[in-house]
Amino acid sequence: MGAAALGLAACTSGKTSGKTEGVKDLSGKMLQNYPGIGTLGYGCMRWPTKDGHIDQDEVNRLVDFALEHGVNYFDTSPVYTRGESETATSIALNRHPRESWLLATKLSNMSNPSYDASVAMYHRSLEFFKTDYIDYYLLHSVRDQADFERRFGSTGIMDFLMKERELGHIRHLGFSFHGHEPGFLYMMSLHEKYHWDFVQIQMNYVDWQHASGRNCNADFLYNELDKREIPVVIMEPLRGGALSNMAAGLADKLKAREPEKSLASWAFRFVGSYPRVMAALSGMTYMEHLEDNLDTFLDFEPMSDDEKKFILGIADDMINYPLIPCTNCQYCMPCQYGIDIPGLFKFYNDNINAGTYVSNGEQEDYARAKRKYLLQYSKAIPTVRQADHCIGCGKCRPACPQYIDIPAQLSRIDHYLEQIKQDTL
Amino acid sequence: MLRKIRIALAALVLVGITLLLIGIGHEWWGWMAKLQFLPSCLALNFGVIALITILTLILGRLYCSVICPMGIFQDVVIWLRRRIGLGLQKSQANKMKKAKAEGKEVGKPKQWVKRFAYSPEHKWVRYAVLALLVVAICAGLQVIVAILAPYSAYGRMVRSFVGIAEGNAFAAGVVSVTIVGLLTCIAIFLCAWFWGRAYCNTVCPVGTVLSLFSRFAMFRPTIDTSKCIGCAKCEKACKASCISSFSHSIDYSRCVDCFDCIDNCQEGAIKYRFAWGKKDSAPAKASPAKEEAVDTGRRTFAASAALLLGGAALKAQEMKVDGGFADVIDKQIPSRSERLVPFGSGSVKNFYDHCTACQLCVSACPNGVLRPSGDLEHLLQPQMGYEKGYCRPECTECSQVCPAGAILPVQPAEKFTIHIGTASVNYDLCFAANGEADCGNCSRHCPVGAIRMVDNDKYGHKIPVVVEDQCIGCGACEFLCPSRPISAITVSGLSVHRNNN
Repeated sequence: MGAAALGLAACTSGKTSGKTEGVKDLSGKMLQNYPGIGTLGYGCMRWPTKDGHIDQDEVNRLVDFALEHGVNYFDTSPVYTRGESETATSIALNRHPRESWLLATKLSNMSNPSYDASVAMYHRSLEFFKTDYIDYYLLHSVRDQADFERRFGSTGIMDFLMKERELGHIRHLGFSFHGHEPGFLYMMSLHEKYHWDFVQIQMNYVDWQHASGRNCNADFLYNELDKREIPVVIMEPLRGGALSNMAAGLADKLKAREPEKSLASWAFRFVGSYPRVMAALSGMTYMEHLEDNLDTFLDFEPMSDDEKKFILGIADDMINYPLIPCTNCQYCMPCQYGIDIPGLFKFYNDNINAGTYVSNGEQEDYARAKRKYLLQYSKAIPTVRQADHCIGCGKCRPACPQYIDIPAQLSRIDHYLEQIKQDTL
Repeated sequence: MLRKIRIALAALVLVGITLLLIGIGHEWWGWMAKLQFLPSCLALNFGVIALITILTLILGRLYCSVICPMGIFQDVVIWLRRRIGLGLQKSQANKMKKAKAEGKEVGKPKQWVKRFAYSPEHKWVRYAVLALLVVAICAGLQVIVAILAPYSAYGRMVRSFVGIAEGNAFAAGVVSVTIVGLLTCIAIFLCAWFWGRAYCNTVCPVGTVLSLFSRFAMFRPTIDTSKCIGCAKCEKACKASCISSFSHSIDYSRCVDCFDCIDNCQEGAIKYRFAWGKKDSAPAKASPAKEEAVDTGRRTFAASAALLLGGAALKAQEMKVDGGFADVIDKQIPSRSERLVPFGSGSVKNFYDHCTACQLCVSACPNGVLRPSGDLEHLLQPQMGYEKGYCRPECTECSQVCPAGAILPVQPAEKFTIHIGTASVNYDLCFAANGEADCGNCSRHCPVGAIRMVDNDKYGHKIPVVVEDQCIGCGACEFLCPSRPISAITVSGLSVHRNNN
């Protein structure tokens, strides 16, 4: 009898301890750097899909869970996920009272910047969300002065948007930015004229001092905004997942310091620790992403100076890997020739991070590494969407917010694969 | 014991050849295809021919039981029928027992297990088919050779199932193999189910040729008349219908050395032993010959599967949205002035003269280039096409596996010196010539640098030009050309392949 009771006791205690270790404790208080706004924001660019369309049931489940835990800032755009994001987000959000969620959407008038088309796009968003106001409205992806003038400054749309703000239909007006320092300073010079209520920038511990392409460093952007006391919304805090799937040597360093914390948690703690950050957007496709991020943002622990120094050191190491800085935002897609551009970059990067790339003919186990690499390539990317089908038309180039020379990178990947196939590496 | 060894070897070969035809493990099973008799004859592979002839002279038609996949396949069907028959017999016996116990009337028992009976040799059919094959080989009527070759017929059976599993069984060209393969499968299955090894002993030309030698085999199963009690168990179980228990004789021209009779004889009267020079007594009575040659009318096939092309028209959109994939229209087969046959074939004629349409090269091609041709002249025999891939410079798979000498072995480095075709550009379709895009993808991917981009006054853009003598015809340009469904640059074959040396 005694033994049985003991066994039972051991069993119960085992179960409880298992719960605290395996299942995350999601009972704390959501960080709010600005009162009323959960600092963890939902990026609606990466909703889960099923059979090529957004999986609405899953979106509803994610949105319910997010709202329940204090995530109330939802960021979308008319062009996300083949134009389906706004609809899916609206369906999920409108199952809750309007005042329980904050809507951020954008004027994504890249393909047609005319005044009429822009106004139509704005009204369409209001209609989609069955609302008469948008909490946060953004000029989508401003690149520089010329780009701003072409799409906004010269068309008269700014006057329209300012008026809508006065009428209360737009509660806050801002812009998202991908570009160089002069372009950003130009936008800041317009602050007096337009009064930006918030600005959305790409910020994470790599971009802090190592922005890629023509983009400028996040520390510059943040400090410029901080100086003007403009609230900051963060996009790509995980760099499209690159900061949760990094080279083994670097991942080990993070894990050695915090064995129980996910790699992603470092990235979110980094951005959340800056007080001017109003919302850090995460495109949480899966419930596990959401839970992990909530674990970080509920009862948030700001990063110590020592930790910041450590993580910026990791960023210094990270740029030594020949990775392609793609964040899988899909702005380049669809390629009219059918190439799976983000898929190819992801395949290439993943193999570098996992150390499963083929380095040269003399490497140990070359034949096996080659076979595996080529097999996985053919499985990951259908033949007609592979890199050798890129004809170099360059239409994708201006769409990339990371300023990746896409045709050149595809050509590099194609050349690399040819070398592997022909044993000339 | 002999029977068990036979079964073990046969199982090994059947699995090996089937995997080979599916496309798994060429390096392990490749030799099994090279042992096939008819392809070896066409390849003039005297070593294999001599080996099989000597084997038959010594041991009898063991080839038909352990090397020929079609023969083994029929054994499987016959075994299946026997298992099912025994099962039905058993349940019938149980029912009758029950009925008897209950005092009900017991009907007449049915015979579920197939009982074979001796039947005489159909010499006329055998030699007529053999003569037809010889005439077909001489006259270059490869369709007939392809249909008659047992190993190749088995290959098509396997390929038709692979096609169905992969979902492309009814694509143009492949459809003929699928239909012929399935019809073959049904015909052979039914034939084996009802008449045992009748196909091998009546129709199969390889069986006929080997029977010429097996009549004089050194080792044969023989009946010891002093031990035989005349129970006829051996005759009833003989799937080749070649044992006459009445006259204690075995027709060695049809015995395939399955050794079933040896295991069946409870008296131990049948033994496989050295019997060189002993004449087999002519069988006395002949049961009426009912069997007809298997219907081989397999010419019917659909001209081509209705292939719906993905709508190319883009949806009219008011704005460009992010993500998703553009539809990629499948490429269509362009018209080629001469067909393309693989590196190592020497010439189109040589290829088709030797090919028995076993489809092994089709299964071996990792790039989707080789496929059966759909036209009547070369029905079932493969040809090349660059709609799904191109003949990659480092690949020589088809030349390594061909058992019939239709594709002779080549080394990867050699491929750059052999010309099998020539590319030509249709500037009406060319993106670069039309200024649609700064393309040049053909030029960038030509492995021998035969395509170059040059300025042209007429078009005002750089256009691709082909230096004919450098082009080897691999099809990289055609496959990677962005023009769909017809490529702007296409390859036509050379009737006689040229070599740089």
